[in-house]
This record gives sequence, C-alpha cells and structure tokens, in this order.
Amino acid sequence: MSRRFNWPLWTGFVLSVAAFASYFAFFIRFPATRDVPVPSLLLFAGAIALLVIGLRRATTRRVLAWIVTVVGVAIGVFFCVALFVGTKLLPASKHAPAVGTKAPEFVLLDTNRKPVALSQLIATPGNKAVILIFYRGYW
Amino acid sequence: MAISVDTPEESRDLAGKAGYTYPLLSDPKTETIRKYDLVHKGAGMNGHDIARPAEFLVDRAGIVRWRNLTEDFRVRARPEQMIEAARSLH
Repeated sequence: MSRRFNWPLWTGFVLSVAAFASYFAFFIRFPATRDVPVPSLLLFAGAIALLVIGLRRATTRRVLAWIVTVVGVAIGVFFCVALFVGTKLLPASKHAPAVGTKAPEFVLLDTNRKPVALSQLIATPGNKAVILIFYRGYW
Repeated sequence: MAISVDTPEESRDLAGKAGYTYPLLSDPKTETIRKYDLVHKGAGMNGHDIARPAEFLVDRAGIVRWRNLTEDFRVRARPEQMIEAARSLH
C-alpha cells in the first residue's frame, strides 16, 4: 500500500515540464497565446495543484516527493519570471524618432547586398508610405 | 521593410524560409539602429548589441506618422495594427 505509485505527484511534474516546453514549441507561434500565455499558465496551475496533492499523499519517500514538487514548482516560477520580467528588460529608447518628426535617413544593404536608402524607398512611385520594422534577428 | 543586425546572407535565409517578400536590410554595425535609439546592448548572442523590436510608419514626406515601441519584446505590433495605421494616412 505504502509503495503505491504516487500518480498525482509524477503527473504534476510531467505536466510542469510539458507546460514549459509547449510554450516554446507551440504556443509561441500564435500572437494570442504568445502575448498572454493563458494556456501555459493554466497548465502550470494544474501541474502545481497535482504536485501539492501528490506531496500530501506521499507517506514514504517524502524527501523525493519534496524534491519533485520543488523542481516542478520552480519550473513554473522560472517560466513566469522569464516571460513577465525578463522580456521587459528593454532600453527606454527615449530618442527614438517621435510621431511628427523626420525619420533619420539611412542606407543599408538588402539581401542581394544592394544598398537601399530610406529616401529612395519613400520616393518609389506607388509607395504611399514605408513601414520600418526593427527586429532582434538571429545574430 | 525590416531591419536587423543579421548579415544579408542570414536575412536571405530567413526571407526564403518564412516567405517574406518585403526587403530585409542588414545593419550589422548597428549604425541605423543607433540613429533610431533602438540599441539593446549585449542582448544578442555572445553579448552582441542588437535592435529592440520597434515599428515605424513613415509617410512620403519622410515624417513618422505612427510608431510602436513595445515594452515587452515578446509582444510586437501585429500586421493588422500596421495596416490600420497605414490606412489612416489617407
């Protein structure tokens, strides 16, 4: 009886790992679940509930149960810190061109190593406006 | 068009894989990124400086008409927001 498999504990642990991995493997692809990761947070909530149930149920091997619970919860905490704190560590960009001001001119190489100027793109017949998207890239 | 510190070759791979048809421009020395005050110091691989995500709509006179400086780099302007901003120019 006391050696019975503690399924809530281990299911909770696996769910915690799955919640973490599924965000980066799947939910990150969709703007809605990337920006506000509701499914991931629900998975973590379920995982932590199962871990706590499993920990309370553990009569033998209490140390192992504690380790599994702490690691499972730590994955959830790490996920929240990384997503809700880590990604907000951005420069203030106080001197980024404001609305109503002139966009600084630049000349950069395109994928064919051909120089492209902002002024030239703006002046291209048919172009009503230009959207500049700065992105992190793959470095 | 989109600007990053990636080399033209890396950008070409990305455009090919993702099917992007707009120009991808390379700013490996962060000259333009610096001009726009968008340098995210040491945030790239091996501590390289990269651009923080940002979007600008520039009209035919070269004036910024709309911009989006996200406070969270996971959260960027969505295509429909940019199209909406472009439509409001007329």
